[in-house]
Amino acid sequence: MNSIEVKNICKSYKDTKALEDISFEVKKGEIFGLIGPDGAGKTTLFRILTTLLLKDSGSAGVEGFDVEKDYKAIRRIIGYMPGRFSLYQDLSVEENLNFFATVFDTTVKANYELIKDIYVQLEPFKTRRAGKLSGGMKQKLALCCALIHQPEILFLDEPTTGVDPVSRKEFWEMLKKLKDKGITILVSTPYMDEAFLCDRIALIQSGRIMDINTLEGIILKFPKKLYAIKSDNMYKLNSDLKECGMCDTVYIFGEYLHLTPKSSECSGLEDYLSEKGHTGIEISQIKATVEDCFMDLMSRHGSTNNE
Amino acid sequence: MKKFWGFVIKECLHLLRDYRTMIILVGMPIAQVILFGFAIRNELDSLRIGILDNSRDNVTTEITSKLLSSGYFILDGYFNRHEEIEAAFEGGRIKEAVVFGSSFAEDILRDNRADIQIITDASEPNMANLALSYTSGIIQNYAASLSEEQQIPLSIGTEVKMLYNEEMKSVFMFVPGIMALILMLISAMMTSITIAREKELGTLEVLLASPLKPLQIILGKVAPYLLLSMINVAFILIVSTTVFGMPIRGSLLLLVAECALFIMTALSLGILISAISNSMQVAMAISLVGLMLPTVLLSGFIFPVENMPYALQVFSHILPAKWFLIIIKNIMLKGTGFAYIWKETGILLFMTAVLLTVSIKKFKIRL
Repeated sequence: MNSIEVKNICKSYKDTKALEDISFEVKKGEIFGLIGPDGAGKTTLFRILTTLLLKDSGSAGVEGFDVEKDYKAIRRIIGYMPGRFSLYQDLSVEENLNFFATVFDTTVKANYELIKDIYVQLEPFKTRRAGKLSGGMKQKLALCCALIHQPEILFLDEPTTGVDPVSRKEFWEMLKKLKDKGITILVSTPYMDEAFLCDRIALIQSGRIMDINTLEGIILKFPKKLYAIKSDNMYKLNSDLKECGMCDTVYIFGEYLHLTPKSSECSGLEDYLSEKGHTGIEISQIKATVEDCFMDLMSRHGSTNNE
Repeated sequence: MKKFWGFVIKECLHLLRDYRTMIILVGMPIAQVILFGFAIRNELDSLRIGILDNSRDNVTTEITSKLLSSGYFILDGYFNRHEEIEAAFEGGRIKEAVVFGSSFAEDILRDNRADIQIITDASEPNMANLALSYTSGIIQNYAASLSEEQQIPLSIGTEVKMLYNEEMKSVFMFVPGIMALILMLISAMMTSITIAREKELGTLEVLLASPLKPLQIILGKVAPYLLLSMINVAFILIVSTTVFGMPIRGSLLLLVAECALFIMTALSLGILISAISNSMQVAMAISLVGLMLPTVLLSGFIFPVENMPYALQVFSHILPAKWFLIIIKNIMLKGTGFAYIWKETGILLFMTAVLLTVSIKKFKIRL
């Protein structure tokens, strides 16, 4: 049973194509991550699925309801948290929550069990205006408001953008708990490192889905060998590696450079670098991360279309 | 229904939180009524009048001295012949002339009544009307005291002649005008920015993705402003009756009901503007240019509709304020009942229904 079914959706704004031929399914009760940079089309996709935008072509269903014909039914069963903070900044935490509860014909009390874990953190600030909360608190409140009517599916558009690492971690722990309660979650994020928290992910770039799989699946498909390299002069290392002609790609990843060699081995590389005067060289073969996969897919997709 | 009330409570909270706007909304009407009220009073401080006294007896001199000692009038001079009056008006020397018939005192003692003619320059309708009401007020006052003295009911009839705009149909009446203006301002302008504000802040996105119906959102937005505007109506009425002695000759209940109707019309106009504009600035601009200016200039508030070019007269029919002004003047000043204003009431009701329907239809259920 699938919670969300999307088939060949296209959407354009005037001249720009926001979504091109998007298809995917989200199974009931899973956390599905849409991962891609800003402008990839994530928000557009969310708005189509939450019945807020009309698609140009293709079909999409949420819990068996068509996003256009049955929009009223969908609006009753989804919880939506837009990318922009969309609560009333001049109302207090409590007032916001009460308002969204009445909008869905329910009360905070009736659904307290579901939001309890999150709300206890907000409780000390319940009389504070929503606009005066910290970024992480705002997102927790928004999640509470989206959950207050016990939705079957949660749509979370970049819920962790602009939130500090600790709050981000807490936020994902909450999502795990919600998943255990049987709620399907579609979440988007520009942070690649959040991919491992999803059951399955779709990598999206320029309105196209490049790959859909579990995290392991995507990493296993990484076609080349990958090495992490470090030396004492990273800046020079980067330019030397790009010049040497032995590498396909070189990207900076924190304190290491990730490179894929052109030939299957990179035995000559260490000698080459020593000749160039590098000291403290460390080379080791590593498992690809989501980001490596994303870069790889992006470069391949980039060569097949002209965008 | 619960959803609707939840929405109304939310809107009220928005209003109360924004206390600066609240102060303006409640303070402005009072300030405007008082400002307009005193501006008009000052004009009558030293109105130049001329007197043609064909009788020159003790009663006419007494009335003349009463008029001049009131402080509102300054004597420009006595006329000897009727023709001189017109010349004085045309020369702009006087704004009002009072004419006593011959044998005034004899008439009043023999027939128990006599007539005075009051001629005013109605090219300034507001001033003319005020001068007239002050003059006849003073004369009637005198007649009352005279009849008490003589123990017989006396009456002095005032024959009014308006020069240059004889019918005086659309005299500028500041209270109804202000009422229309303020209600338009608060109801239409304030509501016009509320939906646009939700669009701008992105909160509409969540509202739309919820089971709220457009009607619930729209009526929920309107309700608090209806309440606020009714409070303003009460303030305006209290100030204008107590401070300026404005009469309410007709039924107060009817007056309040008609005000509520006009507020609904203005609110639905505001909602329509809000539904079709994407930002607060656009909404503000439309309501300022599209509503405020016509209400001030074309509704008959400042300039009489009858004096406008034909095209503008036709245009004034679509202004709710025009019909509201007619209704209010009828109730407050003429004391007429519903039978005389059902047509205007019907027009306002029709406008409200159309505007509300269009705004609900125009309200986008998607982004």
